[in-house]
Formats: sequence, C-alpha cells, structure tokens
Amino acid sequence: MDPLSTLWETFFDWDAMREALPEMLTVGLPNTLILAVSAALLGSVLGMLLAVAGISRTRWLRWPARVYTDVFRGLPAAATILLIGVGLAPLGMQVWGPNPYPLGVLALSLIAAAYIGEIFRAGIQSVEAAQLEGARALGFSWGEAMRLVIVPQGVRRVLPAWVNQLIALIKDSSLVYFLGLVASQRELFRIGQDYAATTGNESALLLAGLFYLVLTVPLTHAVNWIDRRLRQGRAVAAPDLDVELDPAGAPAPTGKDPR
Amino acid sequence: MSTATATGTSVSLAVRDVHLAFGRHQVLRGADVEVARGGTACVIGPSGSGKSTLLRTINRLIEPDRGDVLLDGRSVLGDDPDALRQRIGMVFQQFNLFPHMTVLRNLTLALRKLKKLPEDEAVQVARAQLDLVGLAHKADVRPAQLSGGQQQRVAIARALALRPQVMLFDEATSALDPELVKGVLGVMADLASAGMTMVVVTHEMGFAREVADTVAFMDAGVVLEAGPPSAVFEAPEHPRLRRFLSQVL
Repeated sequence: MDPLSTLWETFFDWDAMREALPEMLTVGLPNTLILAVSAALLGSVLGMLLAVAGISRTRWLRWPARVYTDVFRGLPAAATILLIGVGLAPLGMQVWGPNPYPLGVLALSLIAAAYIGEIFRAGIQSVEAAQLEGARALGFSWGEAMRLVIVPQGVRRVLPAWVNQLIALIKDSSLVYFLGLVASQRELFRIGQDYAATTGNESALLLAGLFYLVLTVPLTHAVNWIDRRLRQGRAVAAPDLDVELDPAGAPAPTGKDPR
Repeated sequence: MSTATATGTSVSLAVRDVHLAFGRHQVLRGADVEVARGGTACVIGPSGSGKSTLLRTINRLIEPDRGDVLLDGRSVLGDDPDALRQRIGMVFQQFNLFPHMTVLRNLTLALRKLKKLPEDEAVQVARAQLDLVGLAHKADVRPAQLSGGQQQRVAIARALALRPQVMLFDEATSALDPELVKGVLGVMADLASAGMTMVVVTHEMGFAREVADTVAFMDAGVVLEAGPPSAVFEAPEHPRLRRFLSQVL
C-alpha cells in the first residue's frame, strides 16, 4: 500500500466513522452539550457575582474576586479540572456518590466564571456614569439601578465575547475525559479517542472533530453577526450632532433596532 | 405645545450655606438659593462656578459637606435619599435616557418598580405624560431614534411622571441644536406657569428673564447676587455679574 492511501485510510475510513457515528450522536453529542451549556449557565451566574464584586467599593469583595480571577485564568484548564475532579472526589462521594461528572461540570464552570466575570465587568464598566446618575435621580437605589439599568446594558455590549466563551467551553468540555467517565457519560472527544485507541485508526477522532466544528463554526459566525448588529446599534445610540445638522445628510441614522 | 401638568403639591425650596469640596478643591463655598412654592429660580454664571454641583446637592446625588437643604422649611438631609429623589425630578444636559428601553418603558420603569403601579396603570400614566410633551406617537421607539429635543422632552416627561414636587434642570438645552432649543424651553416655561417649583441651571438668558421669579448669579461656589430678573439683568450690582452679563448678552 502506498503511503498516501495509508494516510487516507487512517483519517477517512468511512466504515470506522459509520461505526462510531451512532454513539457520537446519542451519547457524545448530548454529553458535550450538557457539559458546555450547564457550565456556561453556572459560569455566567458566578461570573456576574464576580463582576459585581470586582467593581464593588468594598475591598473585601474586590480583592477576593481579583484573586479568584487571577488563579482560575492563570491555571491550565487541564490542571484545574484534575485538581477539582480528583481533589474534591471524596467530598463528591458523600454528596452524590462515585460520579465524577458533576465535578467536571463544576470545574468547567469555575474556569468559565473567571473569564465570564471579566467579560461582564468590562461591559458593566463601559456603561456611562450618566446612566447611573439618571437612574439614581429617579429614586432607584444603587442596587436597583445596577440591576435594571446598568447591567442589562453592559451585558448586551459584551454578548459577542460571551458567545466566544461558550465556544471555548464546548472545546474545553473534552478535558473532562481525565476524570474517568463511565461509558454513558463520555463526550464527543472521548468516544472518538476510544474508537481510535482500539482500532488504531484516527477516523472516529476526525469525526469527533467534525462534530466540534459543526457546533463551533456557526457560533463564531453568530458572534460576528451579533457584533455587527451591536456596532450599528451603537452608532445610532450615540446620535452624531453633525449628522443631524448637515442637511445634505451624511447617511442618517438608519433607525435600525439592534436589540 | 402645552405641558399643563397635574403637579403634585408644590413645595418651597431653600438651599442654605452649602459647602462642598472635592478633595482639596472647594467647589461650593456657602451657596444659598430660595425658591417660593411654585416659583422658578434660574441659576446663571460662568462654567465651573458650581451651578451643576449645587443642583446635585439639592437631590443629594452629591452630599454637601455643610449647610442645609429645606423643602417647605424642613431639612431633607436626614431623609432617605432614594425616597427624596422620587419627590425631586431632575433633567440632565445629556438627557440620560436608558437607550436599551423604548420611550414608554423609560417612563414606566420607575412607575412600576418604585411607585409599584400595575403595568396597565403605569402605561396609562406614561402615555398621558408623553402626550403632554407632544410625543405620544413615539412611545414605542428607542431614544436613539429621536432628535435631541425630543429626547429631552421624553426625559422631562419621565421625571414628571413620578409627580415630583420640585424639578431641577441642569443645562437642559445646552446639548441641543439651536433649532431644537425652543421646543424644550417651551415645555419648561409651561411647567413653570403650571406652578411647579423649579431650579433651572441655564445659559439661556432670555428664558431666565422671561420665566424666572428669581435669578441667582453664581461664581466660584457662591451666589453673589440674587433677585428678580428685572433687578439682576437691568441693574446688576456686583461687578462680576456686570462683567458676566456683558459677555453673554
């Protein structure tokens, strides 16, 4: 056999792919999505707490948020997942038995929270101080003004970065394979790798890769789309007085509603 | 357009000897303003004289270091600031509308969350208030789709929807194109003649002359001279007021 067809067989063995496909669809894909989405949700809740703590006037909230963010952004994801998945296993044993899956979700969430917290904080801080003053002048407390006026605007502005984080989570969810999941808990990467290990053929792993791309590529395009909508929205949101004055009319605000 | 408004019970307002420093920079050095019930005081003066800061000490967006603010003769410095601000409406130079909400929701937000009105009642109040500033037909658009003048009228309606007893205007027309100023000043003049107690920081000397009961000239953190517009504009006593008027008139 010539080397080229060997190479072809290694990656594009259709039979190997066909064999792996059912398990990818029924076990791998759901698990990858469960891991990524639940970590995104938990990570966003924790991230919002970190963001608000990070801009607090109390240093006893600000500093812990800072340290947390530095630690969890600074460690390799694989190390964090192992440390939490293995380190907290005895604790998890008492709560839900010998199941590393929840710890995998927890580890992914804690990592995501550090990144998402920074994203939210940047968004919240980008909202003009005048918005807070406007809300306070109506009689809203600081907390109400943040919750009703500032945070919704801030989060909207960083939606593209948030979706990017979701993409990262989909990919990072493959790392929970470290924790020794049982057959029904395996996600896309683990299933592909198991097939590859038993057959010595990488086609199933390539198939797993294709699954990841099917999930992530549309999301990257969604990011660009959201980003474009927000940009157009922002141009309208800050009406340019010169445009208003110019009767010849540089393109007038389109009045397109970004949200 | 008419803004005859169902004002709540107007109150008198007194600012007494207010001092404020930002760090070592003394912004207010004993400023006084008196407004009778239903009266309008216009605060004029050069940039950086502390006019806007003085306004913010009235609704305690900034807490004064010293001095007192009285509504109907009673000090408000011991009140809950959030409750106080519901009684005092404020309009800003940059409107400060919430860009992520429709015009209607800009008005209903405080009605629902602070006044605890049910949704349909809040909408009713808001629409009526928008109607008074001639913008009922813009209820469902976002602020960014309005002209500056329309945005400022929405901001005024938003403040009035809470039935305040006092209205504060911080250079409400300074950010507007010249042709849009008149509409906003008209709304403010209507409000004044409807009996709202108002403090208006402004560069519009024509407005001050026609609408104000009292004109207060501020410089370097104090009110140097105050009186009816006829006195302040026709017979200014303080040399700095004379110089200021010669520059702006």
